[in-house]
Amino acid sequence: MIHTSKLTKTFVVKKETVEAVKAVDIDVAPGELVAFLGPNGAGKSTTLRMLTTLLKPTSGSATVAGLDVVADPAGVRARIGYIGQGNGGGHSYRVIDEMVMQGRFYGMNSTDAKARAEELLKSLDLADLAKRTVIKLSGGQRRRMDVALGLMHSPRLLFLDEPSTGMDPQNRANLWEHIMRMRAEHGTTIVLTTHYMDEADSMSERVIVIDHGTIIADNTAARLKADLAGDLLAVEVAAASAAEVRGLLGRAAAEGEVEEHAHDGVVRFRLRLSNGSRLAPELLRRMHDAGAPAQSLELKPPTLDDVFLELTGRSLREGADV
Amino acid sequence: MPGQPARTEPAEQKPAEQKPGPDRILRDTWYVFWREMLLPLRDPFSLVFSLLQPLVFLGLFGPLLGSAVGAPAFGGQSTLQWFLPGVVVMIALFGTSMTGSNLQYELMTGSYERILATPLSRSSLMIGRALKEWAPLVVQGLLISVVCIPFGFVFHPLHVLGGLIILGIFGIGLGALSYALALVSQNKEWIFWGVQQTLLFPLMILSGIMLPIEAGPEWMRVASLFNPLTYLVNAERELFAGGVGADTLYGLLAAVVTAAVGLVVGIRTISRNTN
Repeated sequence: MIHTSKLTKTFVVKKETVEAVKAVDIDVAPGELVAFLGPNGAGKSTTLRMLTTLLKPTSGSATVAGLDVVADPAGVRARIGYIGQGNGGGHSYRVIDEMVMQGRFYGMNSTDAKARAEELLKSLDLADLAKRTVIKLSGGQRRRMDVALGLMHSPRLLFLDEPSTGMDPQNRANLWEHIMRMRAEHGTTIVLTTHYMDEADSMSERVIVIDHGTIIADNTAARLKADLAGDLLAVEVAAASAAEVRGLLGRAAAEGEVEEHAHDGVVRFRLRLSNGSRLAPELLRRMHDAGAPAQSLELKPPTLDDVFLELTGRSLREGADV
Repeated sequence: MPGQPARTEPAEQKPAEQKPGPDRILRDTWYVFWREMLLPLRDPFSLVFSLLQPLVFLGLFGPLLGSAVGAPAFGGQSTLQWFLPGVVVMIALFGTSMTGSNLQYELMTGSYERILATPLSRSSLMIGRALKEWAPLVVQGLLISVVCIPFGFVFHPLHVLGGLIILGIFGIGLGALSYALALVSQNKEWIFWGVQQTLLFPLMILSGIMLPIEAGPEWMRVASLFNPLTYLVNAERELFAGGVGADTLYGLLAAVVTAAVGLVVGIRTISRNTN
């Protein structure tokens, strides 16, 4: 569905050349649900904008839905759906008018466009708002309208740029429910960008991590977490048995160091363990046998943020604010 | 899906539809025009309200004009007959030069980007929007002319219609320039208004819309010769008085040149900003 080869975009800002996207190779098969994850400014949106023909690549090539983005941008646009970061509906327009016009823009006749608009508004819980002007919609309603606009011509490939930024958790869940239903019904290929790692984690089957314009990881969320991060284990023991435990944990930790903090006669150790949930019981038993029983234990499965931290040395959370 | 062998589709070898044909551009232009028209159609009162300002000029400035300047400067016409065509040009000038601000709004909210992502041809985005300036203009021009009949305005319907068509052509050009300005000053609203206001008033005064330029000093008369609006206003005055002559022809020429320049600049700007 998507194939890029050394896709590159450079901008000239104040006479300085900035490489926003550096020679990325991406392959997406039909039916996949892929998330581009990375901090703001990583090059996710720029990549997406090149794939949707809104930006011309500086070099490299991209084939989207079977057509070249530079040779036939109009053809690509006709075959894909794009839901941008902003709100697609013109503020002074009525919801239904914008929907029908959107269908017309994609070459639908007016009867089909009307029928499709009504069907979509119904399935996105917007039917009662058809005659309302866009500016009077709530943020969540507007975002659902964006999705409806993007689906008007039933694209086989849908791009979403930061689909749920600024939405409250309930609206986010609601939006995703709609997108997933569309996907289940029509087998739509979906490519989205997000800087919410939990969104990338729970919604997409494949995560492409982008940082500084390059792809630094590309796999399922589960694989990325298992390979790159591991579970976070924290154990507390009495200060007297710290030396024993230090040795035990040092051997157990696959890589990386064991952190330790002492306070009030208790020492707290923290370390990363791949497959921690399986190793922890054995570790507890050994500590017990060595006469150094644990006073408390905490085991946290890894998040994509841990993956990002492992890959870049930075947290995605910190990066998001830059 | 992960695990599933990645299938890459071969790029279809189909003749690239790179340059949309004229029929396609025409159809797309119609859609863009129609979307723009939905606003005044859904809210017709907005058109009527925008007539209030020109009516204020006619009602409050018109009488002062007559007594301040004196009849000879108007070439023997009544003040209203002389002033009304100028006010109609003013409606066009204000309306079309401000249309870019709508686009600026759409640029900020994201609806312009949504439309850019559709297969609509690039030139139709500009032509359709600029054409939209025409229709309300004709309605407004006719309305205000009819309103002035009881006050002694002699209404020559065909001539007025001709005048409005010339004005519409001019409006397309100015509208396109205004859109181009909005695209260039994206995210910097003050630039748009700064340029628009800085150009608007000198152009208006130097065209003789408000006061006869013949009464001004030599340098102003010379400057007015380089202002396309001057020819436009003269043409409208000739037509509204029921005549057709050299002034009409020059006005038409000025309108066509403005439209051509506006569309070229507009379409170039729009294509430079996208793929």
